[in-house]
Amino acid sequence: MTTPGDSGAPGTPGDRSSPALEIARDVRAGSVSARDVVERYLGAVDAVDGELHAFVTVLHDSARREAAAVDRQVAAGEDPGPLAGVPVALKDNLCTRGVPTTCSSRILDGWCPPYEATVVERLRRAGAVVIGKTNLDEFAMGSSTENSAFGPTRNPHDPARVPGGSSGGSAAAVAAGLAPLALGSDTGGSIRQPAALCGVVGMKPTYGTVSRYGLVAFASSLDQIGPITTTVTESAVLFDVIGGQDPCDSTCLERPAPRTVSALADGVEGLRVGLVTELVDGADQAVAARVHEAAGVLEAGGARVEEISIPELRHGLPAYYVLAPAEASSNLSRYDGVRYGLRVEAGTAEAMNAATRAAGFGPEVKRRIMLGTYALSAGYYDAYYSQAQKVRTLIIDALGVAYQRFDVLLGATTPTTAFALGAKVDDPWSMYLSDVCTVPSNLAGHPAISIPFGSDDKGLPVGVQVLAPSLCEPVMFQVAAVVERGAPVLAPPGIRAA
Amino acid sequence: MNAGGKGWEPVIGLEVHCELKTETKLFCGCRNAFGDEPNTNVCPVCLGLPGSLPVLNTRAVEYAMRIGLALHCEVRPSIFHRKNYFYPDMPKDYQVSQYDAPINVSGWLELPDASRVRIERAHMEEDTGKTSHIGGGGRIHDADHALVDYNRAGVPLVEIVSAPDIGSSAQARLYASELRGILVATGASDGRMEEGSMRVDANVSVRPAGTFELGTRCEIKNLNSLRSLGRAIEYEIERQVGLLESGDKVVQQTRHWNEDEGVTVALRSKEEAFDYRYFPEPDLVPVVPDAGWQAEVAASIGPMPADRRDKLASLLGLEPPTRARADQIATVVEHGLDGLVSAAADAGVDVALALARTANEASADPDAARRLDVAGFIGLLRMEQDRKLSATQAKTVLADMLENGGDPVEIAKRRGFEALDAGSLAAVVAEVVADHPDEWQRYVGGEDKLVGFFTMHVMRATNNRANGKEVAAELRRLRG
Repeated sequence: MTTPGDSGAPGTPGDRSSPALEIARDVRAGSVSARDVVERYLGAVDAVDGELHAFVTVLHDSARREAAAVDRQVAAGEDPGPLAGVPVALKDNLCTRGVPTTCSSRILDGWCPPYEATVVERLRRAGAVVIGKTNLDEFAMGSSTENSAFGPTRNPHDPARVPGGSSGGSAAAVAAGLAPLALGSDTGGSIRQPAALCGVVGMKPTYGTVSRYGLVAFASSLDQIGPITTTVTESAVLFDVIGGQDPCDSTCLERPAPRTVSALADGVEGLRVGLVTELVDGADQAVAARVHEAAGVLEAGGARVEEISIPELRHGLPAYYVLAPAEASSNLSRYDGVRYGLRVEAGTAEAMNAATRAAGFGPEVKRRIMLGTYALSAGYYDAYYSQAQKVRTLIIDALGVAYQRFDVLLGATTPTTAFALGAKVDDPWSMYLSDVCTVPSNLAGHPAISIPFGSDDKGLPVGVQVLAPSLCEPVMFQVAAVVERGAPVLAPPGIRAA
Repeated sequence: MNAGGKGWEPVIGLEVHCELKTETKLFCGCRNAFGDEPNTNVCPVCLGLPGSLPVLNTRAVEYAMRIGLALHCEVRPSIFHRKNYFYPDMPKDYQVSQYDAPINVSGWLELPDASRVRIERAHMEEDTGKTSHIGGGGRIHDADHALVDYNRAGVPLVEIVSAPDIGSSAQARLYASELRGILVATGASDGRMEEGSMRVDANVSVRPAGTFELGTRCEIKNLNSLRSLGRAIEYEIERQVGLLESGDKVVQQTRHWNEDEGVTVALRSKEEAFDYRYFPEPDLVPVVPDAGWQAEVAASIGPMPADRRDKLASLLGLEPPTRARADQIATVVEHGLDGLVSAAADAGVDVALALARTANEASADPDAARRLDVAGFIGLLRMEQDRKLSATQAKTVLADMLENGGDPVEIAKRRGFEALDAGSLAAVVAEVVADHPDEWQRYVGGEDKLVGFFTMHVMRATNNRANGKEVAAELRRLRG
C-alpha cells in the first residue's frame, strides 16, 4: 500500500522504546538516580533549546530539588510512584505554584499562580519532576505556535517548519528528547495536531476524565488536558496518572477515569474499525496513504476495517470557530489589568482595561475575542451560538450512529504535514483548516489519539488518528498500540538531544 | 391610587436581592462574612484567577429552594449562565447568574391585607466585590484611585422578581417588609437592608387608571431602607405623571435614588444598557433538585409570618383581630417574638396582656427579648394580671429584665414595688383629694380630665405602686 516516492515505507516495525518508563523503572530500582536523569535532560535543554525554543521557562533549581527528593524516597525504601524521577514538561497554560504561568501572552506578565493545577499535583504524587514550561500559541489559540508572544517554536524535524500548535512547545520537546513526557491541552486538536507534525504520540481524553482545575481556560466546554509522549504505552501510563475525579472541577465525571494500561496488549482481533471518508479525503496524498497503510496494519491484526462517511463532520470546523471564540471571549475578559498581570495605566478603569488589553493580547487572540463577542451579541446569538450548538448535537448524534457499527474510527490527524514558518500567519482560515480532522472529537467530548505513522516525501512525520466513544480509552489505546507496532520507524529529528 | 393624583395608576414591580447566610461562598470554600478585614476571605476561585473553576455550594441551593418554596414557587431543574460585563469589583468580568432556566418560578406572596403579589422567579447568582473611591470626596469621577474589597465577591444571592402587581408605594413597602419576614423565617437570609444583605430595586411605571397596557418603566436603584423605597416610588410616580401630563414621554431608564435630595436621577437609558451576552456557564453542571430533596427542604422550613400571625390571632380569640391588635401581632411576628406570647398563653396568662407587653415593650429591644427568661416573663405578667404590680411598675420591671436579666419578684422588691391593698389606696386618694379642694370641686363639676391630675399625685405619693385604673375607679366612687 506504500505510495512510491514517499519515504513512508515500513522500516522495522516492532516495540518502541519508552524513555519515560525506562527511567521510572531504573529510578525505582535504585540503579539510576533521579538527579542524574534530570541533569541529563536539563543539559539537553540547555544545549538544544536555543535553536528549538520549546521552553518558555526552564526550572533548573526546582527540578534538581524535586529529583533529589525522589532519590531520598528511594534511599528510604519508599516507592516514589509510577513516574519516579521522570522529567515532565508542562504546557505553559497549566498553573504551577510560584512559577510564572504565561500562556505565552504579555497580558500575564509577571503572574505566578498561588496554586497548582490538579494534574501537576498528580504528576508530583506519581514521582515526576517538572523541568519546565513549554511554549504555546497565546492562550492556546493557534495551530503553529507562531502566535506566542515569546516567538515561535521550531519543528525538530525541520527548523524552517512549525511544530504545530497550540501545544507546539510540548510536542517539540518530546520529539527532540528534551523531555520524556509532556502535557498539553486540546481544545480543537492542540495536542494531536502538533504531535502529528512532530512525530510523537498525542492524546485527548474524554471530556471530564481529566480535571481542568488549574488549566487556564480557552474554551471551557472543549478544553481537555492530555499526554504527549514518545510511545502509546507512555501515553496510557500518563493518562492513568492524571485522570480521575476532582472535587475542584464540577465538569469532571463522577466516576473513575478508565484504566488503560492493562488493555494495551489485547490486540485488535475482531474489532470493528471505521475508516472515515471525511477524515481522509481532504488530506494530502501522502497523509492519506499513511492512513490507508495504518488501516492495513489493523486488518492484518485481525480487525474488520470498513469505510464510513459521516457528512456531518464537515460542519465541525465552522461550529467550532463559533463556540470556541464565544467561550474564549468570556473566559479572557478577566484580563483587565485590575488584579494581576499587565496593567497599562489610563484615566478611568474602562480606559485602563482597554489600554491593557490592546497592549497585552496578540492579533489572533483579539480576532477570536471579537468573533466570540459578536457571536454572543444580542440579535446574533440565535444565528451563531445557538446554531453552532445544534451542529454540535448533530455531530454527537452522527458519531453515536457510527459507533453502533464500529468500536473505533480511523482517520488522519491533520490534512498536511508540518508547514513552513510564516506560511499561514496571514491567512487565518487556512490556519484554522489544520484542525479540521481533530475538532469533531472536542465537539463530541470523545477521546482521540494521534500516533506517528511514517512520513511524507520530505521526511516529515505523519500522524494517524484513532477516535473512540466517550470513556472508551481502553479500546482506543488497544488499537493505537497495534497501529504503533505496525508503523514505519521514523528517522530521528535533526534537532535533538545528543 | 393617591400618589399619582386622580386619573393615573402606578404599576410597580420589585426586584429584591438577598444574601444567603451560608457559611461559605457560592462557588468556593471562603467564609461568607460581613465586615471582615478587606480581602481576607478570598481564594483563587472567588478572585477569578486564571485556571480556577467554580464548585456549587449545595447549601446555597438548599437555601434558594427554601425561599422558593416559602414563596409557593415551582422548583425546577436549572442551569447557570454567564452575564458578561466589565466592572473592577467583579473578578471574572462576568457574573455567574441564572437566566432563562432559574431554580424557582411562578410563586406568590400574600400580604397582611390578604392581597397577593405574584412572584415571577427567584434565582441564584453570585455577588460582586465592593469598590471604595479614594480622594475627591468619594465621588467616582473625582477620585484619585479606587480600592476593591473582594470579600463579598462570590457571596450567594437570591434575586426575587415580583410581577408588576404592586399598586402603590405603601403596598411596595408592605411587600418588602413581608418578604423580609419570610426570608428571615426561612433561615436563608437575615434580610438587613442597612447592611445590604437585602437590596431592593423598583420598576415603576404609570398608566391611565382603568387601562391595561403598561407604561414605560424606570428602574430605581440604591434603595437602602423601607423608607427610601416608599419615598423613591412616590417621587418617581409624581415625576412620570408630571411628564405625561405635560405631554412628554417617559424614557426607559435606570435611575438612582438620591436620599439626601429626595430625587431620582438618570443613570443610563435603554440605548446605553449593557449587552450582557448571556450564555450557559460551561464550568457548571445543571442543578436538578429531585422530589425527595425538595420534600426534605420543604419540611425543614418553619411557619411563615402569615401563619404565625394567624396563630396569635387565634390565641387572642378574635377573628379578625382589631386594627390595634393586628398591629401588635404584626410587630411581635416581625421581631420573631411570637414564642413569648404563645408560652404566656400556654401558661394561662391573659393573651391580650402578653401580646401588649411583647409588642410594646419587648419589641423595643428584640435581641434582648429573645434572650429573656420565658418563665420570668410569665411570672411578671402574672404579677401584673393579679394586680400585684401596676402597669407602670410592670413596664419598669420588664425594662430592667430586658437590660439586666433577673427575677421579676426580686426586681419589684428591690425597687420597693409592693401592691397597695384596696384600703391603703382609698386612704391615699382621700388624702390627695383633701389637699386639692379646688381641683376636686372642678372634677365634681364634670371636668373629667382632672382624673389625670389626681392620678399623678396618687402615683407620686405611692411611689408608683398604685394601679391607675383603680385610682380612677376610687375617684368615681368618691364623686358618687
